[in-house]
Amino acid sequence: MGNQEIMKSMRSQTKLKRLAILVLPLFLIFGCTSTDDGTDWQLVWSDEFDGAEGATLDQSKWNFEIGRGQNGWGNNELQYYTDRSENVSLDRDGNLIITAREENFEGANYTSARITTQDKLEITYGRIEARIKTPFGQGLWPAFWLLGTSNSGEIWPQIGEIDVMELRGQQPTKIASTAHGPGYSAGNGISGDYTLSNSRFDTEFHVFAAEWFTDKIDFYVDGFLHHTVTKEQIENAGNEWVYNDPFFLILNVAVGGNYVGSPNQTTRFPQTLIIDYVRVYSE
Amino acid sequence: MNTITTKIMTKVIFSGLLLILITTGCERSVDGLEEAELSNNPNVFVDGFSGGLEYAVFQGAVLNAFQVDTDVTSDGIGSSMRFAVPDVNDPRGSYAGGTFFTTSPRDLSEYNALTFYAKATESVPLGVVGFGNDLDQNKFTAEVTDFRANTNWKKYIIPIPDPSKLTSEKGMFFYSFGPIDGKGYTVWIDEVKFENLGTIGQPRFEILNGEDQTTNTFSGVTTSLSGLNSIYNLGDGTDQSVNSAAAYFEFASSNTSTAEVDEQGNVLVGAQGSAVITASVREVDADGSLTVESRGTFVSAPTPTRDAANVISIFSDAYNNVEVDYYNGFFNGDGQTTQGGTGPGGADLIVNGNGVINYTQLNFVGIGTFMNVPSIDATEMTHLHVDINVNEAIQPGDFIRLILLNSVGDGETSGSFTINSNILLQNTWLGLDIPLSSFNGLNDRSEIGLTFFVSDNTVSDIFVDNIYFFKN
Repeated sequence: MGNQEIMKSMRSQTKLKRLAILVLPLFLIFGCTSTDDGTDWQLVWSDEFDGAEGATLDQSKWNFEIGRGQNGWGNNELQYYTDRSENVSLDRDGNLIITAREENFEGANYTSARITTQDKLEITYGRIEARIKTPFGQGLWPAFWLLGTSNSGEIWPQIGEIDVMELRGQQPTKIASTAHGPGYSAGNGISGDYTLSNSRFDTEFHVFAAEWFTDKIDFYVDGFLHHTVTKEQIENAGNEWVYNDPFFLILNVAVGGNYVGSPNQTTRFPQTLIIDYVRVYSE
Repeated sequence: MNTITTKIMTKVIFSGLLLILITTGCERSVDGLEEAELSNNPNVFVDGFSGGLEYAVFQGAVLNAFQVDTDVTSDGIGSSMRFAVPDVNDPRGSYAGGTFFTTSPRDLSEYNALTFYAKATESVPLGVVGFGNDLDQNKFTAEVTDFRANTNWKKYIIPIPDPSKLTSEKGMFFYSFGPIDGKGYTVWIDEVKFENLGTIGQPRFEILNGEDQTTNTFSGVTTSLSGLNSIYNLGDGTDQSVNSAAAYFEFASSNTSTAEVDEQGNVLVGAQGSAVITASVREVDADGSLTVESRGTFVSAPTPTRDAANVISIFSDAYNNVEVDYYNGFFNGDGQTTQGGTGPGGADLIVNGNGVINYTQLNFVGIGTFMNVPSIDATEMTHLHVDINVNEAIQPGDFIRLILLNSVGDGETSGSFTINSNILLQNTWLGLDIPLSSFNGLNDRSEIGLTFFVSDNTVSDIFVDNIYFFKN
């Protein structure tokens, strides 16, 4: 249960309902199909995760990635990704749950899950959106992101990477959105932070979206445009805009690694990334 | 926390109060059957006193340490609260401390934190700050003891352990600031108000500071759960721990025939058996537990019957005891491992009103009567009485040596008497009247300053009662 829900008295709940009447239409306007330049988005793909409790992921849409990758998926991450229901499952409330656990498994001290739409949904341009509540604590690293396919034989960072949302579990009010490409990858990615002033990413759901055009990518949190990466900006820096080819979606929770550091004694396991939906729109 | 209700200031800001009444009035249900709602005014001291706020000084604190300051404010508006902390030995009081309260309770249940801005004349720990001190039952106190202030204004956040409990609260803010290294300083506080912050989350709660503890005990023993904390994660990712009153917690016993726990976290031990005491706050399980292992009925040592006129008592409920420095000197630097002797009046166990010392991990332990209290003049006394009950099997070679030390640190002399394994009794009280002439080497007993129990680890767990000198 979210902390906000715990906090509310009956009386303020009444107030909230009244507020909701006002807020909901605004939410619809900002959250679903709008853009700052009035693009008319059409839903082309979604997973609402409305299966029964404990049901498995729709494998016509998603793949599981298994194991530890090379060098902890390139980041010295500590988890072993599995396809077990302990690490990835649906709840009865219409959510996908990715659970990071502290346990000895195949030589790793943590397990978690990483799912992708590779070979199942590959898109170029569009609005990519998910409603997500993040895990919490030192060393947790959840992300909602896209990678370019290697269909033409290229390798990262030439294939491009669009991080719609990634968060350090020890910074529960801040996310980063980043574009990575050749000459601007890893620590030199073109990144923008967004910090909540009166909410948290781990106690309430928030909507994260990237609107990807031929010449720019706009990043949104709860309908607020907080970061833009333009083709012009990349080319002015002498680099290549690598966002004209198909990309696929990834959702994962890493444990430890270069970006967040390792968990410590304050980190409580298990931790969950809760995804209400993933939706993809095109113009 | 005791207070004298020195009401030094009452201010009502009528315009503010009126506005709040109108607002809450709008929320009343149409049928009008609800009770009149309490004010939900979140403001405590925002540029000035909020409506209905009063102030009382804590006992022993400087009466006028608190003043309204119109020159120094966090936002350049109105006034701030200024607290002048005295130097040590200030005849006006030893610290600055008091509580801000309302005469009419407020409904604070829609907020989740008390926040304020503070700064000080130098970098200092911000003593104790909190809320819930209503000069009455102080039922829902919550306090923070690890804030620091410096010369810059900074915002501080005290999460409310469980806001749903604060539907009728008078204690708005309290503070206690003492000298640091003997020196006073000044603290300013402003913008004190309750807020509903979306950035607070991930609550966890603790009893016994989150530890799982075990107590070996008996029927009739009472003990209370301490170390009650609420810990919330703040927006910057840091945890803030709040010492929280028992009334925020729901306590439970796994076996009420062995241990009952009341709303205040007091545990009453019952029949022989095992019980685990746990707690929760709004269905969130608290970390920490107390496992109660009851050994059933406690057999007390026989109550002494000697005439008090012929007795100098160190530890007994049958007599008025002399003042002692301690019942455990914790000479850890000398390798002492012994625990115990640290409860009220030295009693680790109070069974039906009778206190008993329980020394555990015994190698040696001293009872001090020389530092800040008069030494014992036992010149006229002829014997030392002590009741000892060994809580473990007695092995050949076990012993307990009693040592009396006279004139500590100033030409001291000592004498000892050893109780051997063939005398010691397991799970049974052994009452000894030892002639003081048997303490070989104790030639002067006019300034007895230390009474030692020494086992050199041969015996580790003993009950001790009725330690007194007497004259035959």
